[in-house]
Amino acid sequence: MDFNASTLLFLLPEIVLLSAIAVILVLDLFLDQSKRMFTYGLSLAALVATMAAVMLGDSSSRVVMHGAYVVDAMGSVLKMALLSVGIFAFIYSRRYLADRNLFKGEFYVLGLLAILGMMIMVSAGSFLSLYLGLELLALSLYALVAFDGDSKPGSEAAMKYFVLGALASGMLLYGISMIYGATGMLDFAGVAKVIAGGQADQTVLTFGLVFVLIGIAFKFGAVPFHMWAPDVYQGAPVVVTAFLGSVPKIAAFAMAMRILAESMGGLGPEMGWQGWQGMLIILAVLSLALGNVVALVQDNIKRMLAYSTISHVGFIFLGLLAGGDKGYSAAMFYTIIYALTAVGGFGLLAIISRKGLEAEYLHDLKGLNKRSPWLAAMMLLIIFSMAGVPPTVGFFAKLFVLDALVNADLLWLALVAVFFSVIGAFYYLRVIKVIYFDKPESEEPIVANADARLAISVNGLAMLYYGIFPASLLAVCQAAIAAL
Amino acid sequence: MISLSEYLILGALLFVISVAGIFINRKNLIVLLMCVELMLLAVNINFVAFSHFLGDINGQVFVFFILTVAAAEAAIGLAILIVLFRNRSTIDVDDLDTLKG
Repeated sequence: MDFNASTLLFLLPEIVLLSAIAVILVLDLFLDQSKRMFTYGLSLAALVATMAAVMLGDSSSRVVMHGAYVVDAMGSVLKMALLSVGIFAFIYSRRYLADRNLFKGEFYVLGLLAILGMMIMVSAGSFLSLYLGLELLALSLYALVAFDGDSKPGSEAAMKYFVLGALASGMLLYGISMIYGATGMLDFAGVAKVIAGGQADQTVLTFGLVFVLIGIAFKFGAVPFHMWAPDVYQGAPVVVTAFLGSVPKIAAFAMAMRILAESMGGLGPEMGWQGWQGMLIILAVLSLALGNVVALVQDNIKRMLAYSTISHVGFIFLGLLAGGDKGYSAAMFYTIIYALTAVGGFGLLAIISRKGLEAEYLHDLKGLNKRSPWLAAMMLLIIFSMAGVPPTVGFFAKLFVLDALVNADLLWLALVAVFFSVIGAFYYLRVIKVIYFDKPESEEPIVANADARLAISVNGLAMLYYGIFPASLLAVCQAAIAAL
Repeated sequence: MISLSEYLILGALLFVISVAGIFINRKNLIVLLMCVELMLLAVNINFVAFSHFLGDINGQVFVFFILTVAAAEAAIGLAILIVLFRNRSTIDVDDLDTLKG
């Protein structure tokens, strides 16, 4: 295979984003603090330009760069999703950072680099490119968590995230080395071919699979590899939590799909407990149980939402383990919707926070309805969507996953999922009660900037829009999975 | 002639030592960073051994990338360690306990 410059065209989104990052990084050096808005505007423009490049690109399936890079419909859809969720996270961050003298170009450059890493993960065609994208994401996130250098919880959270994240990468790599040893291949298509041919040593392969799965579970934050999530969500500045609690889930889903479905598909659901389905069942049930039960007793909303994330990860795993086009597309739908919901929830906390006040405890939300009825209504939609109350989209996301489970003859798992979702509804409803029925601690109205107000409105109403028209997004997910 | 399994046993031993170091060590964060590095080196041994015995060069290329990423990771880890020490004047693992619940 000779190098052909025209294959670079398929990498256009990544190239656009990388060039924009380089320009922003240098330009930001020469700007005064008063002109920092320019960096912010450019970062948003870079994301929009990258979205345009993704949309214009040809997304029919092909593998370029000697197997290292995959172009397909799933990649394009997931990239659009992570870029748009990234835009929301950036918009929510502006005033919060400005109030705390943290409004610096580094935040946006690190955020963009993380998004670039995720785009590489989404399009990875081999373990090598997947690993490099993952590390670009992880290294940027470690730095972002410690972004407020004077914050004690921030630096502690960053250290915990770093050590456990590095441990997860190590596990993942160890698993990859075993899979490489068993198959002699590093690209997903090659590994799938060797497994289908039955030439791979099953023991070594399963050994590698276990370690790779531990790495994936760590990145998702699934029980029992969730220890980092609550601490990091709580310790990081809330705008960083909004970013790292939402966008990376999409990339983690892509990683799980590429590794489990595309390369290790031969060990998939049809193998039952012999393959990765059984391991995912254990992770999913533990995540649903622990996430929903422990969230009940949290006062800190960031921490509560971290445990809520863990339970949502359980649902994503349920979709993955159901397998087949139906299960995968349900999991994809769930992941995209979850990312959009989570960024809205944390973004709202960032909007409510003011100079010297972090809105992170439940009582900070008291009487939000009296102080700003519109923001309260948006929070209502977002919380309802997380809980899975119709007509918000969270209900349909859960429904599609349950439907896929029943289809795959896993009725008992669907019942377990419903049972724990009902328990989970309690703590979501408690937030609604605090917002609507409690007396506010201060009558001070909430001032939100026009950009944040617009973004949270779009974000909240999207919960309703996709709840009324779920088929629009589901059809896109189904088409993407069918083209794999 | 050293066989493949001997290399793999060495890699597994180093890997187990590093994981044990991360979980057992309660004293010093620098030791934790060293364990993380050791873990990546254990993986490198695996990759090089497989690459040699499979007669496939890709594994060794992977090792170069892992070495590079390990260097970047060490840089970020030490930077976070400095921020942490400035804020709390300690790098004792047991003192990292403000976040819990």
